[in-house]
Amino acid sequence: MSETAVTAVVHDHGPASTGLPTWKVGFWTFLGSECLFFASLISTYMVFKGASTTGPFPEEILNIPLTSLSTFVLLMSSLAMVLALDGVQRGKRKLASFWLAMVIVLGGTFLGFQVYEFNHFVHEGLTISRNVFGSSFFVLTGFHGAHVTVGIIWLTVLFIMSLRGKLAPGDALKVEIAGLYWHFVDIVWIIIFTLVYLLQ
Amino acid sequence: MSTSEIVAEAQTREQAGHASVGFYWTIAGILGVITAVEVAVFYIDALEPALVPILLTLSAVKFAMVVMFFMHLKFDSKVFTGVFVAGLSIGTFVVVALVVLYQFLPRLEG
Repeated sequence: MSETAVTAVVHDHGPASTGLPTWKVGFWTFLGSECLFFASLISTYMVFKGASTTGPFPEEILNIPLTSLSTFVLLMSSLAMVLALDGVQRGKRKLASFWLAMVIVLGGTFLGFQVYEFNHFVHEGLTISRNVFGSSFFVLTGFHGAHVTVGIIWLTVLFIMSLRGKLAPGDALKVEIAGLYWHFVDIVWIIIFTLVYLLQ
Repeated sequence: MSTSEIVAEAQTREQAGHASVGFYWTIAGILGVITAVEVAVFYIDALEPALVPILLTLSAVKFAMVVMFFMHLKFDSKVFTGVFVAGLSIGTFVVVALVVLYQFLPRLEG
């Protein structure tokens, strides 16, 4: 990173007293608070787990092979994200655009799996108001899906900026922060996949 | 801290934290393999008694790898680690406390 680029970053986002970019400090703080948000949803699911008196029950309806595939897709989107950041930092615009597009495609694929799963569950009789499993499941995975959607919109904006040549190495912090958000969505799913799907 | 010091620190951090593309592919490969192992463990009946500790351990390893290498916490300032781990610790405590209160204690009381 050139001195000009670093200075631009420092001026744009302002160093805190720590010498660190304030945007990044603020975003990590936001992610810390997001941990609490998802902890409340996960604990709600765990508390009500097994409390349903009417079906469908988790072991009857959860599709492990399908969700394993969607989990793999989301993990690979994290790889694409880190490669996109690498491309921006190295000033390789086409490479950065390609990997940003891949993150969007893989994120969209994950959402497609989730829409299919939700649709399938509703046809099987599991709705948000059917039982406590349905309520806590749809709220938890629905909020995660909403986070994925926000991430896709954010990355689409960055992708368009990249195509227009507006993502120079000096703008790497913008991509890095979007990447932090995307990886956070990924680690939340790692937890959900284990606690909700595998530990039934 | 002067601008030149900030520039020097940013360059040092970048040099220290900039992993190679091959390294990221390796991490992704390991994450994929761990996911496959998780699913395999789920279907092996003989492992059912140890299912919870095995899956929680594998999940924790995946979580740590993404945070350390993809989110660069291993290479970045400890301030970020502190801020994130603070929220994560409180969140984990909330989950464990509520599960113990509502799932395990009622069973123990009969």
